[in-house]
Amino acid sequence: MTTTSTQTNGSGGSGVPIQERDRVTVRFAGDSGDGMQLAGNRFADATAIFGNDFSTLPDFPAEIRAPAGSLAGVSSFQISFSKHQIFTPGDEPDTLVAMNPAALKSHLSALTKGGLLVINEDAFTSGNLKKANYPSNPLSDGSLDGYRIIKAPITTAAVAAVDDLGLTNQNAERTKNFFALGLVYWLYDRDLQPTLDWIDQRFGRLPNIAEANRRALFAGHAYGETTEIADAHVRVPPAVLTPGEYRTITGNQALVLGLITASHLTDLELFYGSYPITPASDVLVELAALREFGVRTFQAEDEISAIGTAIGAAYGGALGVTGTSGPGIALKSEALNLAVMTELPLIVLDVQRSGPSTGMPTKTEQTDLLQVMFGRNGESPLCVLAAKTPGDCFYMVLEAVRLAYQFVTPVVLLSDTYLANTAEPWPVPDVTQLDMIDVPYRKLEHVDPEEFEPYKRDPDTLARMFIPPGQPDLQHRIGGLEKSDITGDVAYSPENHQRMTDLRAEKIQRIANFIPEVEVDGPETGDLLVLSWGSTYGAVFTAVNDARDAGHEVAHAHLQYMNPFPRNLGDVVSRYKKVLIPEANTGQLRMLIRANFLVDAQGYNEVTGQPLSARLLTERIKQIASE
Amino acid sequence: MVLQTPPLEPVESIIPLADEDLKRKDYASDVDTRWCPGCGDYSVLAQMQRALSNLNVAPEKMVFVSGIGCSSRFPYYMNTYGMHSIHGRAPTIASGLKLSRPDLMVFVITGDGDALSIGGNHLLHVLRRNVDVKIFLFNNRIYGLTKGQYSPTSELGKVTKSSPIGTTERPLNPLSVALASEATFVARSFDTDPQHLTATIERAARHHGAAFVEILQNCNIFNDRAFGDYTDRDVRDERLLYLEHGEPMLFGENKDKGLAVSATGLRVVDANGPDAGLILHHDATRPSPDVHQLLARCQYPEMPVPMGVIRQVTTPTYGDYLDSQIEVAKFKNRHDVTQLLKGRSTWQVE
Repeated sequence: MTTTSTQTNGSGGSGVPIQERDRVTVRFAGDSGDGMQLAGNRFADATAIFGNDFSTLPDFPAEIRAPAGSLAGVSSFQISFSKHQIFTPGDEPDTLVAMNPAALKSHLSALTKGGLLVINEDAFTSGNLKKANYPSNPLSDGSLDGYRIIKAPITTAAVAAVDDLGLTNQNAERTKNFFALGLVYWLYDRDLQPTLDWIDQRFGRLPNIAEANRRALFAGHAYGETTEIADAHVRVPPAVLTPGEYRTITGNQALVLGLITASHLTDLELFYGSYPITPASDVLVELAALREFGVRTFQAEDEISAIGTAIGAAYGGALGVTGTSGPGIALKSEALNLAVMTELPLIVLDVQRSGPSTGMPTKTEQTDLLQVMFGRNGESPLCVLAAKTPGDCFYMVLEAVRLAYQFVTPVVLLSDTYLANTAEPWPVPDVTQLDMIDVPYRKLEHVDPEEFEPYKRDPDTLARMFIPPGQPDLQHRIGGLEKSDITGDVAYSPENHQRMTDLRAEKIQRIANFIPEVEVDGPETGDLLVLSWGSTYGAVFTAVNDARDAGHEVAHAHLQYMNPFPRNLGDVVSRYKKVLIPEANTGQLRMLIRANFLVDAQGYNEVTGQPLSARLLTERIKQIASE
Repeated sequence: MVLQTPPLEPVESIIPLADEDLKRKDYASDVDTRWCPGCGDYSVLAQMQRALSNLNVAPEKMVFVSGIGCSSRFPYYMNTYGMHSIHGRAPTIASGLKLSRPDLMVFVITGDGDALSIGGNHLLHVLRRNVDVKIFLFNNRIYGLTKGQYSPTSELGKVTKSSPIGTTERPLNPLSVALASEATFVARSFDTDPQHLTATIERAARHHGAAFVEILQNCNIFNDRAFGDYTDRDVRDERLLYLEHGEPMLFGENKDKGLAVSATGLRVVDANGPDAGLILHHDATRPSPDVHQLLARCQYPEMPVPMGVIRQVTTPTYGDYLDSQIEVAKFKNRHDVTQLLKGRSTWQVE
């Protein structure tokens, strides 16, 4: 076995020649305790530094530790990397790393035909095979014929590499993810140095563990050099990306950075009220560590309190934000309606997950669109936005804040599990180039009390005269009862209720005058428009381009503004004979498009808890385009 | 044994004061009150305005947040900022407001249904956290605005519109709930003793931390004389125990009875008898709420009903902790947005 060697970048020493490929997709799968997320994230970092474009897809069970070796406990991490720009983490992996039988059983069907299997043969014991419901050992019964296989004794080899370090057996075995990672680094010609640096930083205070992980990584890499599998040694050249400074970012990280940046651009202190819920908890956790930016995080006793505190903060003149997932939105509905009635600038983040009810907490879906549009009593319009990529979460937070203050309204921003956890390279924005966000009530600080009426409106935006408490001679009361136009007094008159209902709706509609028109990629008019929204952007973009490569003329438009829609959307959807709306739900946008524009839109719908499949969608687009 | 008076913070460090001398009417809005004639809420409103003018609070620095119910109409009648919010949630809105605006004085107005039924969870947590808001719970032991259903403080067996043959559930004791949350200020007063009510409101206002005041308030329409058996003028002295920190727990027209510890709680002893030496002195500042709980459990007719400040302890508020974390973090760590956006590592694409 290798000891600490200084050679960290190896393509030599093997009998297998290196192949060049445009794009590769690798999936690591193992037990929840096997460290697959860690291995995947290290691979992503090394890939970023090498210069490929990439996209990742972590997929893990809701249980923290399901029984070891069970199908329920399988955790996976997929990464796709390319010499070209890519927009999805890939449908089918080219390589599957299976750390035990359950991982193989759960993920083999996804592996592309003839794909490469890297298997930890040590884990294929009769006990583990039984837990994965294998009647016989797939490594010897011929069921894996048709795949290329590297069977490696990953556990025993990792343990052997660290045997003189005096670790407990359990700690020695834990290094097996680094062995597997080293092997995959060899397969794809990755530099070990970024991972070695990371080990130093992470385990610096535990020199023995750091050394063990280093040795396992080297041992796995060396093991790769002995492999005899044809075409296994592959290099994907760096991508040509727009020049600049890049970092990796997930959707949840981008939400956090967006909120801090919005606080900076508004010069308002950030208040984030939230109750822990998958997959939005990261936002609370990361913001809580940023007190130096004046961030007040408040871990509430429940979802209702979380939004209540955010409303209180917004009313007080802070940047009031609450974040949650679908079940939390259900609990927040009544308070969200209070923010609609009191017309306060409030930001609500909804990181959607699979439902109904508890559903599948760690799986993705786009199923809250109609909930946030309509899930409240009474006529209750508010602004809804949806981010399209992990990095776009940053910019859509800035948009949400801009519109919330300009129109004095609650704004819901939709993300989802897929965006939350997916990582991609992200050009770091220059803060000095971002527009400051105007906070209209600052202009009211010296308003003449005779001129002040809490429900007097801006003639362009219809935003009401909102002013936080503290201003002398402007004392007034707001609340959930219907307000009299202009004065804001409690009012029950039929005419006033009609007028206020119309004003609230009209205010939200006027946002359309202050947001960009929807852009069409492809022909301005024609046979087929594919209309998508939110996190399916990458899959739909990929599918549309694949269909074009196959000779079909297809237009694509993507929505980030869900309410109101961009002002040209009705015109756009009417210019094509057919409109196809792919969604990870049963047709929520389709229902809105049909209702708003009387267009006979068709759907492509998957509700599987997984991101939309670009391959299956391509087939559907080709089919419709050929009809 | 005579104890020290609980330390009251100097008014100006706790309360945003007005520049000029304000009168009671300066705190009244021009909105017509719409409670039923004879409602106890009128008295609470008047004493609140009196207490605020005694303290000379700046009206623009004052916010009343309420939930839903008869009492929750209160903010409309105050010439301050205010929010009439949604059922049970006022403590949450008040918390977010006070934490982001420490310069404001934030009062919560709530009722027995609002605070102890639909909003029970929020009440526990706002008190546990010691957020610097003052909570006034108007307890009339009935749902008035919905016209007479029983509430979480209605007596077992009480006949109401929704319990025509009597309720089948035991009531909550609001003071016990507050003490179980280890609230730092717990008091009780009632609508028909204006001086005591005014003084209690002032004491709550001058507490640094979460304050909880139960106000026994008569609903003459749906639950008349809910407390009359012990709050009526002619029986008060015999049946109420007016607590004063540091003073012996004496009651009765001639202060001839007192409370002493028994094997199972508290007992009444003759102030002129052999056990007079065992009569307790009230210690509101005792960190443990044990004796305070025993007082809260005293109920008519077995025991005198305690009134006044049962508990007042000083400890940092949620806001104190939060603000100091921010201050320390700003001092110790860089807070440059550009650096934050770059994260732990970046790479250059040429």
